[in-house]
Amino acid sequence: MIGLGHYITVAAILFTIGVLGIFLNRRNVILMLMAIELILLAVNINLVAFSAYLGDLTGQVLAMFVLTVAAAEAAIGLAILVIFFRRRGSIAVDDVNRMHG
Amino acid sequence: MISILAFYLFATLTIASAIAVIFARNPVHSVLWLILAFFNAAGLMLLVGAEFIAMLVVIVYVGAVAVLFLFVVMMLDVDFASLRSGFTRNLPFGIIIALVLLGEIILALFAAQAGPAFANRGVPVSAQPNIVALGQLLYSRYLFAFELAGLILLVAMIGAIVLTHRSRRDTRPQKVWKQVGRRPDEAIRNANPGVGEGMKL
Repeated sequence: MIGLGHYITVAAILFTIGVLGIFLNRRNVILMLMAIELILLAVNINLVAFSAYLGDLTGQVLAMFVLTVAAAEAAIGLAILVIFFRRRGSIAVDDVNRMHG
Repeated sequence: MISILAFYLFATLTIASAIAVIFARNPVHSVLWLILAFFNAAGLMLLVGAEFIAMLVVIVYVGAVAVLFLFVVMMLDVDFASLRSGFTRNLPFGIIIALVLLGEIILALFAAQAGPAFANRGVPVSAQPNIVALGQLLYSRYLFAFELAGLILLVAMIGAIVLTHRSRRDTRPQKVWKQVGRRPDEAIRNANPGVGEGMKL
């Protein structure tokens, strides 16, 4: 029988893969944004699993809001990426030093 | 039996495609693996009866976010090979961090199981479909939060447009206000030219 523990384990592994992705692709902003999406997906799986197993629909409502914020974050992040690329011709994070003053 | 099989199928594919996302050499392949991960996560959510969220994941993540990523990856002419230069250097340290984090989460999981938090609470049999119950909750108790979410999306939309919009000088676009502002008396002129004189423009 599949229990809550199975779901939390899957979400934990997915979360860890997301954090690992941020660590490994430290220079590539697009892959970092994708890793953030993976982390948010893990959070969503957790919320839905808890909501189903506790019999409380609030978790699914919260998952919907997480989805909303994830979509907004992806849109804004990619817009910033596009203007950054237009100015510098590169998306390497190491080049982000415009605000040194 | 089939649900157990489906769970392991979806879980394995989700994790495998998530690993492929961060290890793929080509970012386009990364986005495609991300789409596979989203689909399988939606399958995981379907298995616990959260149909609406599962469909929302497919529509929002696959239909909007992943396609946006695909657009940006294909639009920017970036040398992705040079961006991977620190990859092998970061690999040992990153894997250590990831293992420590995973161990902590699993430990926290077992610590939570020690408490009486959700003892003897199985899957409830709901009388109404998932989407009906969710809609009733969303439009009554969480109405304010729901409208706030809409506001967040509006701000994100306006922000993305403002950030990426640029006025280009080298194009000659249609000037709508000029066309709308034309009056008949200044747009039309009656003329009666004599023979052999022609029109004066």
